[in-house]
Amino acid sequence: MIVLEGRNLTKHFTSARGPRGRLGKRPPVRAVEDVSIALRAGSVSALVGESGCGKSTVARLLAQVYPATSGELLLRGEPVRAHRGAAFRDYRRQVQLIFQDPFSSLNPFHRVRYHLARPLRIHGHVRSDEEEHRRVAELLERVSLTPVEQFMDKLPHELSGGQRQRVAIARALAVEPVALIADEPVSMLDVSIRLGVLRLLEDLAKESGLALLYITHDIASARYFAEDITVMYAGRLIESGPSEAVTQSPRHPYTRLLLESAPDPDRVTPRDTARHGEPPSLIDPPGGCRFHPRCPVALPVCSTEVPGRTELGEGRWTHCWQAETPELTRG
Amino acid sequence: MNVLEIRDLGVDYLSQSGAVHAVADVSLDLRRGEILGLAGESGSGKSTLANAVARLLRPPAAITSGSVVYHRQDGTAVDVLALKRDELRAFRWKELAVVFQSAMNSLNPVSTVGAQIEDVLRIHAPKMSRNDRSERAVELLQRVGISADRRRSYPHELSGGMRQRAAIAIALALNPEVIIMDEPTTALDVVVQRDILHEIRALREEYGFAVVFITHDLSLLMEISDRIAIMYAGRVVETGTAEALHRTPRHPYTLGLLRSFPRLHGPREELLGIPGTPPDLRSLPPGCAFHPRCGRAVEECSTRLPLLTRGPNGSDGSDGEVACLLNGGRGVEETS
Repeated sequence: MIVLEGRNLTKHFTSARGPRGRLGKRPPVRAVEDVSIALRAGSVSALVGESGCGKSTVARLLAQVYPATSGELLLRGEPVRAHRGAAFRDYRRQVQLIFQDPFSSLNPFHRVRYHLARPLRIHGHVRSDEEEHRRVAELLERVSLTPVEQFMDKLPHELSGGQRQRVAIARALAVEPVALIADEPVSMLDVSIRLGVLRLLEDLAKESGLALLYITHDIASARYFAEDITVMYAGRLIESGPSEAVTQSPRHPYTRLLLESAPDPDRVTPRDTARHGEPPSLIDPPGGCRFHPRCPVALPVCSTEVPGRTELGEGRWTHCWQAETPELTRG
Repeated sequence: MNVLEIRDLGVDYLSQSGAVHAVADVSLDLRRGEILGLAGESGSGKSTLANAVARLLRPPAAITSGSVVYHRQDGTAVDVLALKRDELRAFRWKELAVVFQSAMNSLNPVSTVGAQIEDVLRIHAPKMSRNDRSERAVELLQRVGISADRRRSYPHELSGGMRQRAAIAIALALNPEVIIMDEPTTALDVVVQRDILHEIRALREEYGFAVVFITHDLSLLMEISDRIAIMYAGRVVETGTAEALHRTPRHPYTLGLLRSFPRLHGPREELLGIPGTPPDLRSLPPGCAFHPRCGRAVEECSTRLPLLTRGPNGSDGSDGEVACLLNGGRGVEETS
């Protein structure tokens, strides 16, 4: 069942400072363009891309941290229109965000108990101190911070990065959301503890029927923890499909480049030593397919027209003018 | 032939509640022209070690024991820890250069990248003419993949990858024998990271410098390094060729790390990971610091500190070392 869906989401940021362009207008940063994404209950979806590609903006649009320039959101199939008041608050309760940096997402002056009790109180889930204590203990139990009594009265600085991220997850769970958006939840953590946090998120999705969006730059971890992967480049979605299919037989040249670039000690293919350039500016993005200046197989059409979505079957699709000729895109 | 020899190096952070041993009894050799990978999690002491070698430590950090000897190509040896202020100035850049993680912070924001390279040349190679300096700056920038017209760009006008390339160009300016790279690609995207790693290897082939490459990303190290040293809680727990560590890790921690990161290819093997959390350096467990997280620990592990001993690492009989009490000091005998 699709819990949360974004349709044709677009976000342009206008800067308050900086040089003016023609007609005295400042050019917007075209951070996200025409992004459609659906999250299913009990399932982990991954959104993969490099920094600056707009994946965090998508997360914030889905959580309504700021409004989209255009496009619509659907929660359980119902269009979301409220931008203030009780209905909006309820939306914010149901869609929770987890941030990358557990060092700055927890207030250093407050104990774990406070962090978890506050959302419970604000959203009216508890009526007495006793109930609050019980619920906080339950939450800590769910994220495996045990013995709970010991963790309840700790301050953030007394916790390791992994433990802090677990507190942040528990805080998101406190209000019983239906969708959880985890924006690079483990990239600040040490390698040896990443796995535990990712497993926890996976279990939460499976057991509680949460819809989880795992946003990451690490496509290898997306292969392991997500059922499907959507790849984003310079503000646009370029490919999506079941994670095994996308990582083992990518159809978009950018996905291929991303996979070839990821560190992999098992690599058998010889290193390719060409330079690949860097992602484009989103103030003045390239016309047509935004990847065409870096694309090894670009055609003339790629620089003039945006490629539409090509369905490839089995839930796979890509935005590439050469999607029909896989021998080209596979190289 | 070693270019740098670190012996029994210890670094403490002095605090009111006592000294924290950030680096303890580290002995490492850097061979001429090799890329030595230094891997470890945050707090393992890898950056502290690098800063100690470059003499960049500031109080409250202090070197408490050991020695660092640098061997020039002509055979003379330099005691790095005994260098005086002016000697240190000559030693840095010319013989040993450092590239930091955040090029934005290591480059001067109010000076163009070309001028920053020329600065290094003016101070350290005063005999060069102005024209020669300018030519050399352009040559260096081109060498790392920055076009000549960008020499007049300020750091903020460059992308993250270009800044890191510029920082590498400055490090190369005086042809040092050793370049320490502390997480040089961590802030970069994978595609840019891959390009810069190629660049580093190509430059190494061309100029023959040795690199100490520090990162927490073991899979990346295995691709770029010739040899790797793994640090845990301030100590080196295993060394070996990248190939040997990949195939037959000897320390349970190395094995755990290898089983923690998801692979891109091949079957989706189960990830085992490492239980627990890295130790607090203020209260290290007795014996082997890894024993509380080690599934194979025996009683002795909690009482006796294993020393780094030469083990039979690698099929080629290469000189891997491991600090583990299991199997009579040879560590685990499993393939990753």
